[in-house]
Amino acid sequence: MREMLKLFIAVVVFSCLSGGVLAAIQNVTRERIEYQQLKFVKGPTIKNIMEGCSNDPLIDRLKIVDEAKEMNLFVGEFEGKRNTVAFETFGKGFGGELGVIVGVNLENDEIIGVGVTTHSETPGVGSRAKTDPDFATQFKGVSILDPFKIKTDGGQIDALSGATISSRGVCGAVVEAGEIYKRLKPTIIEKAKEKQG
Amino acid sequence: MAKTAVQEFTKGLWAEIPPFRLVLGLCPILAVTKTVENGIGMGIATTFVLICSNILISLLRNIIPKKVRIACFIVVIATFVTVVELVMQAFAYPLFLKLGIFIPLIVVNCIVLGRAEAFAAKNGVVASLADGLGIGLGYTLSLTALAIVREVLGNGTFYDIPVFGPTFEPFAFMVQAPGAFVCLGLMLCIMNMLGKK
Repeated sequence: MREMLKLFIAVVVFSCLSGGVLAAIQNVTRERIEYQQLKFVKGPTIKNIMEGCSNDPLIDRLKIVDEAKEMNLFVGEFEGKRNTVAFETFGKGFGGELGVIVGVNLENDEIIGVGVTTHSETPGVGSRAKTDPDFATQFKGVSILDPFKIKTDGGQIDALSGATISSRGVCGAVVEAGEIYKRLKPTIIEKAKEKQG
Repeated sequence: MAKTAVQEFTKGLWAEIPPFRLVLGLCPILAVTKTVENGIGMGIATTFVLICSNILISLLRNIIPKKVRIACFIVVIATFVTVVELVMQAFAYPLFLKLGIFIPLIVVNCIVLGRAEAFAAKNGVVASLADGLGIGLGYTLSLTALAIVREVLGNGTFYDIPVFGPTFEPFAFMVQAPGAFVCLGLMLCIMNMLGKK
């Protein structure tokens, strides 16, 4: 019995020490890992949308809680003014969730760019939502508060041929982005100013 | 224990080189050697874990109760593997994405547990360090050697740099799973022929 206890204690002590060490390391690396994940998963899309900005939107990101969900909002600086913001929303695509990053100009509510991030659409068909630049440019310069719909649904967006559902998914994500934008705009402007100091 | 630390080190590079002589650690060697970069990354990660776990287990070999030693070894190894995983995410995220599941799987790599059980638990710290370093480097060399053959023939590149010019038609079989088996088999065959004398 005493030996059993000794063995038990040995394993418990080992596990506790290991847990402590890992917790410490996780604490130190957490921030960097989060940045790396953003950089390699969303970074290319954000860079594309925020072409020509003079800061790093990944560093100047705001964390705002929207309906109990923490959101990352990437702020871009153009001509010395922090006047654009980009964030990710999700729509329902053909193969599952479809992540879309929408960049908006805070001054006139116009969309400056749209880009698909993560998706599981059919390669070569629905995946063109990510790769076909002509599809994404249709959103450029339109007010984000407009209702976005594909032409088959009576809207203004030309769907990708053969990929109606994927196109509808992107529109849905942009409409959702509009809703979030409406709710968060005052907070965003306030926080962006605060950061600029 | 008459062997010197130098001998412990050099045996890992030739006489007991892990995949070819001990025929251990074959799962990662088949899976990650598509490119030289992956091979070296995996090799370094494994070497780090080997050295650290060898040193620690050697230090603690008189404290760990014999009956629960395997459990304690696994805790030690798993801790170092998680450290590698976190550090790699923070500083080499693209490599982490490529190696993926094979980083956590170092925990169950027979080489690491094998060295802990067969060597570190019975020998002093210096000898264990030399052993870990030797076996680790031997493993890295083997991974790199296999990766060079597969990447150069299967992709026409070396460390992502084209070697044959644009007219080369890659031998795609080599970068697929069957190519890995064939290539490893041929290498084992060559090693055996050289070892026979």
